[in-house]
Amino acid sequence: MTQLKLAAQEGAAPVEDLSDIPLAIRGLTVSYGSDPAVFSVDMTVPEGAMLAVIGPNGAGKSTLLKAALGVIPKLSGLVTVYGQPIASQRRRIAYVPQRASVDWDFPTRVIDVVLMGLYRDLGLLGRVRRSHRDQARACLARVGMEGFADRQIGQLSGGQQQRVFLARALAQAADLYLLDEPFAGVDAATEKAIVTVLKALRDEGRTVVCVHHDLATVTDYFSHVFLLNRRKIAAGPVAKVFTQQMLQAAYGGRLSGGQIDRIAAS
Amino acid sequence: MIGTEFVPLSLPPLLIGTLAALACALPGNFLVLRRQALIGDAISHVVLPGIVVAFLLTGRVSTWPMMLGAGGAALLAVLMIEVIRRAGKIEPGAAMGVVFTTLFAAGVLLLEQSDTSAVHLDVQHALYGNLESLIWLDALGWNSLLDPVALAGLPTELPRMALVLVGVIGFIWLFWRPLALSTFDEGFARSLGIATGPLGLGLVVIAAMAAVAAFDAVGSIIVIAMFICPPAAARLMTNRLSLQVAWSQGFAGLAAVSGYVLAGYGPLWLGYAHAVSAAGMIATVSGLILALAALFGPCRARLGQPAG
Repeated sequence: MTQLKLAAQEGAAPVEDLSDIPLAIRGLTVSYGSDPAVFSVDMTVPEGAMLAVIGPNGAGKSTLLKAALGVIPKLSGLVTVYGQPIASQRRRIAYVPQRASVDWDFPTRVIDVVLMGLYRDLGLLGRVRRSHRDQARACLARVGMEGFADRQIGQLSGGQQQRVFLARALAQAADLYLLDEPFAGVDAATEKAIVTVLKALRDEGRTVVCVHHDLATVTDYFSHVFLLNRRKIAAGPVAKVFTQQMLQAAYGGRLSGGQIDRIAAS
Repeated sequence: MIGTEFVPLSLPPLLIGTLAALACALPGNFLVLRRQALIGDAISHVVLPGIVVAFLLTGRVSTWPMMLGAGGAALLAVLMIEVIRRAGKIEPGAAMGVVFTTLFAAGVLLLEQSDTSAVHLDVQHALYGNLESLIWLDALGWNSLLDPVALAGLPTELPRMALVLVGVIGFIWLFWRPLALSTFDEGFARSLGIATGPLGLGLVVIAAMAAVAAFDAVGSIIVIAMFICPPAAARLMTNRLSLQVAWSQGFAGLAAVSGYVLAGYGPLWLGYAHAVSAAGMIATVSGLILALAALFGPCRARLGQPAG
């Protein structure tokens, strides 16, 4: 395997070795119209981290994730996964889109959605065997949904749908998990189940990145924080970055001083 | 029904109508699920001037010039939509509506102005097809199906439609998994590295081929019923994609056969002297099937019933 190294923006700066870095983003800019939605963002996700991408509404959190994955086009920037171009590393990535981004009326059953996570193993015409189904059922069991395998997906509650999406990601058996708002609009039991699964993934040495909107739970759930408001505001371990000053910088006037005092780690 | 009458007069149109219905309903399943159902309608309108120009240039109604002309017209339509959208600063839906209607009208005008009396290509044919004219004069009875000389005289539309159906089936079979995946969750499909853009384009091209080939059988307008009604009715019968596609094929075949028979014999049974348009009756039966599925289909109520 060739090492892909990224030069820093000034050509004279030393070349980085990113082979141990699950996800590295350099100079990522995305634009939907004339205004950039994400501007020149650098991001380095350390191995084994549980990282929350936080920032106000419209800060470009989901956009950052989608552009890094190539789900939407980027204007500029480089993305490496374990030091390699992302196209060669798709097998090591699992992505959980926002639950609301798909049509839950689609004619399919829960088990079929989880089997989609095995697409790279099955290929175009590979037969779904008993072992694949057992694998999918085991993933459903990990999120507490083993009894729902044959349900039509439209019959699930929001929290159950989110767990099915997580089960699909588990079926991918990836090293890097990218989740877009996994806790949005889910019930307390689902939130607990998801956190348990994510922490188990971290304990297995995998890396987890979540777009997250609930500042109150950041310190409980995550080890690292990436503060974004179109540009990168700050990044690092929760204790260092999740502070009053940094949140003020990211959210500007949108949070009151009292809110920030209550939330911030320091 | 005796073979000497049925085989030359009814069998070829019946087969062509059925094959056309099957070929349109198959990609129609994915178009309906992708909320792109009107693409089939749009295609069938846009391709008319292309088909007419191809005829004017070659002087014959033959497969490949027609397909090329249709493809050229579709490309022109895409270009025109972009230009109108940008130059006129109007929303894409309106730009599409303008372009489809204009191109279709241009096709009708071209048809009226050109001498197409020698072939089955006129305005009426373009609007609702001419299934009944696709007869097999060389056939004398069922035995002709085994007679190579008679078989050579089959209407060319029949092998053409069969070939297109085989192509459509091949495409859907080969790309079933990524098609289903990207129709349900495009973002996830892209994260897997599936080229959703070319795949979606492929689906539209396949649908366009079916629409152009079906043009002979059912005309421009009624093709949309073949794209939408069987899949939409099938969706109301099941909650699984593979079963939905199977149901849609069943409904398509049922609509084609019963529509053709009803058009030919229904008016006689009711005491009228003349048969009615087979294409019109096929579309009507398709609509009736959809209405029945909407009233009695087992999977009508789907959302808003979370399980515990």
